[in-house]
Amino acid sequence: MNLDPWLKAAPNSLALAPMTVLLALACVVAIVDLFVDDPKKTVTYWLSQASLAVVALLSGFCFDNGFTIYAMDRMIVADPMGHLLGMFAALAAMVTLVYARPYAAHRELLKGELFTLAMFSLLGILVMVSANNFLVVYLGLELMSLSLYALVAMRRDDTGATEAAMKYFVLGALASGFLLYGLSMMYGATGSLEIGEVFKALGTGQINRAVLSLGTVFVVAGLAFKLGAVPFHMWVPDVYQGSPSAVTLMLGGAPKLAAFAITIRLLVEGMLGLAVDWQQMLVVLSVASMLLGNLAAIAQTNIKRMLAYSTIAQIGFMLLGLCPGVVAGNTISAGNGYSSSLFYVITDVLTTLGTFGMIMFLSRHGHEAEHIDDFRGLARRSPWFAGVMAVFMFSLAGIPPTVGFYAKLAVLQSLVSTNVSGYIWLAVVAVVLSLLGAYYYLRVVKVMYFDEPVDAHPLEAKLDVRALLSMNGAAVLLLGILPGGLMALCAQAIVRALAT
Amino acid sequence: MGLLSLAIWLPILAGVVLLAVGRDEQATAVRWGALIASLVSFVVTLPLVTGFDKGTAAMQFQEKAPWIERFNVNYHLGVDGLSVWFVLLTAFITVIVVISAWQVITERVNQYMGAFLILSGLLVGVFCAVDGLLFYVFFEATLIPMYLIIGVWGGPRRVYAAFKFFLYTLAGSLLMLVALIYLYYKSGGSFDILTWHRLPLTAHVQTLLFFAFFFAFAVKVPMWPVHTWLPDAHVEAPTGGSVVLAAIMLKLGAYGFIRFSMPIAPDASHEWAWFMIALSLIAVVYIGLVALVQQDMKKLVAYSSIAHMGFVTLGFFIFSELGMSGGIVQMVSHGFVSGAMFLCIGVLYDRVHSREIAAYGGVTNTMPKFAAFAVLFAMANCGLPGTAGFVGEWMVILGAVKFNFWIAALAATTLIWGAGYTLWMVKRVYFGPIANAHVRELKDLDSREFAMLGLLAIAVLVMGLYPKPFTDIMHTSVTELLRHLSVSKLPS
Repeated sequence: MNLDPWLKAAPNSLALAPMTVLLALACVVAIVDLFVDDPKKTVTYWLSQASLAVVALLSGFCFDNGFTIYAMDRMIVADPMGHLLGMFAALAAMVTLVYARPYAAHRELLKGELFTLAMFSLLGILVMVSANNFLVVYLGLELMSLSLYALVAMRRDDTGATEAAMKYFVLGALASGFLLYGLSMMYGATGSLEIGEVFKALGTGQINRAVLSLGTVFVVAGLAFKLGAVPFHMWVPDVYQGSPSAVTLMLGGAPKLAAFAITIRLLVEGMLGLAVDWQQMLVVLSVASMLLGNLAAIAQTNIKRMLAYSTIAQIGFMLLGLCPGVVAGNTISAGNGYSSSLFYVITDVLTTLGTFGMIMFLSRHGHEAEHIDDFRGLARRSPWFAGVMAVFMFSLAGIPPTVGFYAKLAVLQSLVSTNVSGYIWLAVVAVVLSLLGAYYYLRVVKVMYFDEPVDAHPLEAKLDVRALLSMNGAAVLLLGILPGGLMALCAQAIVRALAT
Repeated sequence: MGLLSLAIWLPILAGVVLLAVGRDEQATAVRWGALIASLVSFVVTLPLVTGFDKGTAAMQFQEKAPWIERFNVNYHLGVDGLSVWFVLLTAFITVIVVISAWQVITERVNQYMGAFLILSGLLVGVFCAVDGLLFYVFFEATLIPMYLIIGVWGGPRRVYAAFKFFLYTLAGSLLMLVALIYLYYKSGGSFDILTWHRLPLTAHVQTLLFFAFFFAFAVKVPMWPVHTWLPDAHVEAPTGGSVVLAAIMLKLGAYGFIRFSMPIAPDASHEWAWFMIALSLIAVVYIGLVALVQQDMKKLVAYSSIAHMGFVTLGFFIFSELGMSGGIVQMVSHGFVSGAMFLCIGVLYDRVHSREIAAYGGVTNTMPKFAAFAVLFAMANCGLPGTAGFVGEWMVILGAVKFNFWIAALAATTLIWGAGYTLWMVKRVYFGPIANAHVRELKDLDSREFAMLGLLAIAVLVMGLYPKPFTDIMHTSVTELLRHLSVSKLPS
């Protein structure tokens, strides 16, 4: 679609289009919902889905118009990376709502708030992925987080959910505080809130190193909290387990894309000059995450908790791709590493959607399929969906021909291509730790295929959930057989993000 | 679409179709579908041998298309004298496996057949891949169907065996992945195996690469001391699973040595040849002795497989034409013989439901036709001249004599150990008076079992009596590989 004439006429409105449209539609949904009496909320549901589809399409069409647009006094940036992540975040929100609708309906969670809060959290994500200013990053983060805190707490009479909400809120607020503190130091040292200006100021080499180092530490700690990397991971298992599965997916899916986006915006676009400092921290964070995440996941019997630890390990692997950006003062492998991380995080979200989709698929009225044992004998109850779940598990374990393998391959390749022995050994450590991970993913396959079913209830999900889960599984498999296209998109997005 | 693509994707496609539409209510249709698919897949591979150009060591029947452009990965297939027999062997064994499961597998028939057909396609893919990453993808993907086959249709300790199989193999191959990526970087962004063969590498790098590959392939072969997964996997796997494991999957490791380790790191291969020879001899002698004391027939054959594969690696690392060709011939013949041995055990197990040697005795009285086959395969297993088992071992021993007499002498003891454990088992199981009521009630082979063992018996005898076609096809490739190995790749 040729947007050039529009762009020249109104750069602001076009760069902001996905966000403004979503804001308007979210308000419409909130108002319309007041007039919907139907307990199934059919109208609200389809209106939300349509709004999200519009946002996804808008982001998709804008993916790359050949140049990067800055809008609102350079507060907002519209570049391929932002559009790509925005599009996938909107798609993830759509998929989440499809999986969540029957689940939420059985648990009296299907209220207007579910839809509006989901849309506002997506709005926060869109703001984050297109932020070009420290304060805008922070605004987007808070918008997303506040919506998610409320979503977690929606089940008021459930102690687990309330506890999860408290933990999430307190630790999330602490993390935001860290981030804000770090950003304020960066502002103090460089005199600018704009990411591009900070980058330039750091390039002069005239800035007080002590303040910068301290600021970097706080920024990285804040980001690590949001990503859920060890040692800032404590909230992840409890929140994943305590939240209703639908909400777990809302905070385990799209927000990861946003956390990745602000990591790139802040650390790479803003603070590449300090890469030597933050890369070291990321190496420690990622190795610790892979070690603890994989080890702790082995001991879990609750599948949501297991997936929480698995997420920690996956985030650790993803962070590895951010480590080899600047080696011995040159940035040759930067694009390679960052684009492999981008590919990793997108495919990880795709797989996470599917696994939590399966958990909700097996849950039914009055029964939460939270335990690994709930998957017992699934291959007999439904060979097809056992196969779909097996694909997700093998993908998370990184076994070809699923997409998880190529994600790991891309990250490892970016490490090895530096030809620095430290990084090559890091790659060896990463593969050894991912071997630990294979065990607990295989265990899920084991209970599905090798054990006899204990639960004889028929699977009662409707056609839309069944179709989407199948498509989700097919996507993980097909992207595994033909990963080239998405990899190329990720590379294009990162190249443009680095060029600005 | 080329022949190799057909050989890979035909069984995979058929397997996926069976998985999707097969039901246990129509088990017969599923079985016939699987048989037809496996037969067609086998027929497709025949032109690979008839149309094979023996005069060149280059890859033949090549197909090349870009696959992942960002990493310059190509869907590049080809076979040469080293690999072509394994494509046929895989397709052949799959037909046998389908026949062997006919009446035995009654539950989830479509999943069983589907898993084997998919596995067959993936295994063919491993032998045909000329691109490093493509090889790795096929190599790893084979774990998934095998894991399910052992775990779903296996014996009482199947879960333990399935996990051990999967994690052992994965552990080895992950290091290989790092090695592949390093080679990709070193070669300036290419996953082409033939480019890697020409890549100069320093001694230090070669050693590291050699050991990275070593872990992947040694687990798969398996070599002592990383062999412990094999007896477990064999014992617990259903008959078909054991057959494919022994006949083909073990060959992936040995094949990896001649496709990757040796040509990519020739200097390191020469340097560490003593190490490989030592491990091979331990496999031949020590594992041979271990086999002698087994009570369980499947375990006995599993250990005998390890000992036989020790011969293969020994043949490779003495760097002579006889040894190398002998090793490859041994791989093919072991494919037939070990597969047949496991099928024989399967035939007994289906009737008596025991694999203990002590549960049998005097089987030849009640099952004369079967006993004839079983004794033939047992003779092949201990390397009797005129059977397939003899050719490879003989060539390797001859090659080893030229290399070092004492190594050859030690290796030749396998003829004693092999005869010892195999014949002793034959004596206890088949000969003597009828031991118990179970044996008395045994019924002899039905026509299906007769056909499947008959096919293998023909293969074993043909290969033993007239091995020339086998060695002829691999001759040029083996000579070229040895020439390549004799040239140092150290940068000058």
